[in-house]
Amino acid sequence: MIKVENITKRFGDRVVLDDITATFERGKTNLIIGESGSGKTVLTKICIGLFEPDSGTVTFDDRPFSNTKEKFKKDIRKEMGVLFQGGALFDSMSVEENVMFPLNMFTDMSYEEKLERVNFCLNRVNLKGINDLATSELSGGMMKRVAIARAISNSPKYLFCDEPNSGLDPVTSELIDELISEITEEYNITTIINTHDINSVLKMGQTINFIHKGKLWWRGDNKSVMDTNNKELNDFLFSTELTKRLKTV
Amino acid sequence: MLKKLGDYVILMFQVFRRPDKSLIFRKRLLHEFYNLGFTSIGIVLILSVFVGAVATILVAYNTDNPLLPEKLIGFSARQMIVLEFSPTIISLILAGKLGSQIASELGTMRVTQQIDALKVMGVNPANYLIFPKIISCLLFIPVLIVFSIVIGILGGWLACVFTGVITPTNYVVGLRAWFEPYSLTFAMIKTVVFAYLITSISSFIGYEVKGGSVEVGKASTNAVVVSSIAIIFFDLILTQMLLT
Repeated sequence: MIKVENITKRFGDRVVLDDITATFERGKTNLIIGESGSGKTVLTKICIGLFEPDSGTVTFDDRPFSNTKEKFKKDIRKEMGVLFQGGALFDSMSVEENVMFPLNMFTDMSYEEKLERVNFCLNRVNLKGINDLATSELSGGMMKRVAIARAISNSPKYLFCDEPNSGLDPVTSELIDELISEITEEYNITTIINTHDINSVLKMGQTINFIHKGKLWWRGDNKSVMDTNNKELNDFLFSTELTKRLKTV
Repeated sequence: MLKKLGDYVILMFQVFRRPDKSLIFRKRLLHEFYNLGFTSIGIVLILSVFVGAVATILVAYNTDNPLLPEKLIGFSARQMIVLEFSPTIISLILAGKLGSQIASELGTMRVTQQIDALKVMGVNPANYLIFPKIISCLLFIPVLIVFSIVIGILGGWLACVFTGVITPTNYVVGLRAWFEPYSLTFAMIKTVVFAYLITSISSFIGYEVKGGSVEVGKASTNAVVVSSIAIIFFDLILTQMLLT
């Protein structure tokens, strides 16, 4: 379980996050949603340690993470898998080397054991026989799946996904969402997904945290989101003609 | 300016740490030997042979006095090549090649979140990416400069053979006249300092990139400009300190 308590973050005079408190539960897909510029990416970056909060704390299973020494953070970071928006695959490495990277850095496994694990992870994301491909040879959807394979290769306890289906076609988006949900349940991972995709919200939102103007505006799940009267949330989620119809049905 | 200097020092503290895995470090080091050092051999050799030849012809042209012994041309060409041309001019050329290469590589990794990915995995990105670059250049650039000295002197000899400014024999006699081994020590000290400046400054500029492709391009140019100015500045300081 990941807890963020009373998180405040300013950039200059602008308050980006204002006293946010939330809990992200193990074995569930926890969504952070909000408009562009609402502060959801900053909250995710604070959770993974790329930003420090001005005040407040982040704890991973009661272990403090924010504003602690790098050596304490390092132990927790080894238990994290992160799927960046663009994949962030290392372009000087092949697919196999990318997925094997966390194993090379943090385990003493033999090459054969690591290769077995790499192939298992690639199979898990429905990619076979692409070990030797360069990252430049992959499509957007394949890149995301390789990035997921890399994120889960070292059996993480916590998985962070920053807009996992941005820039993907609806079919591939659906596939990525399903994959993340399955992996979360299968390995009992605490998964935090940063998204503004309505399909992901309805499909994966076991807990939904709506950030608006830097505040935690609404909290619920994919069932209660359909019935809420929260104006700002409805304006955000059901803004298009199609989603308005969905709401009225 | 002071803030940048402080950020540079902080980055160097992160760079000079014990690598997480020595086997990975050795692999990265070998990769950088090839990537930064081996691929520079061609340009260094081509430049050295021509500049060595030009230096010899220029000295011959400017010492066209029957009272001056011909061996003075070989001696002067050697001193020019060993003391200044090879360590400084070749380092400036390498600042152009390696500086832009390092800054654009790290800058692209920064804007595509590859450096963030390393950090959130628990890897020290500065140590993982920059340390092998610095060590490989500290070890390989002196080798390149030794090549450059040898090939530059050979270029001077070829100029004597093909233009006849002096006889090759007198050129060789000049090369061997009044030789002080300290000249080579001086050249190597300068080379090591310049190698560190090129790699550390270019790495810092690339590592700190914010934005997109335009900023990566600017960082690449800045890396060359700042490294070159640093080389010239430290050339003056080291020459003053070590030769007077």
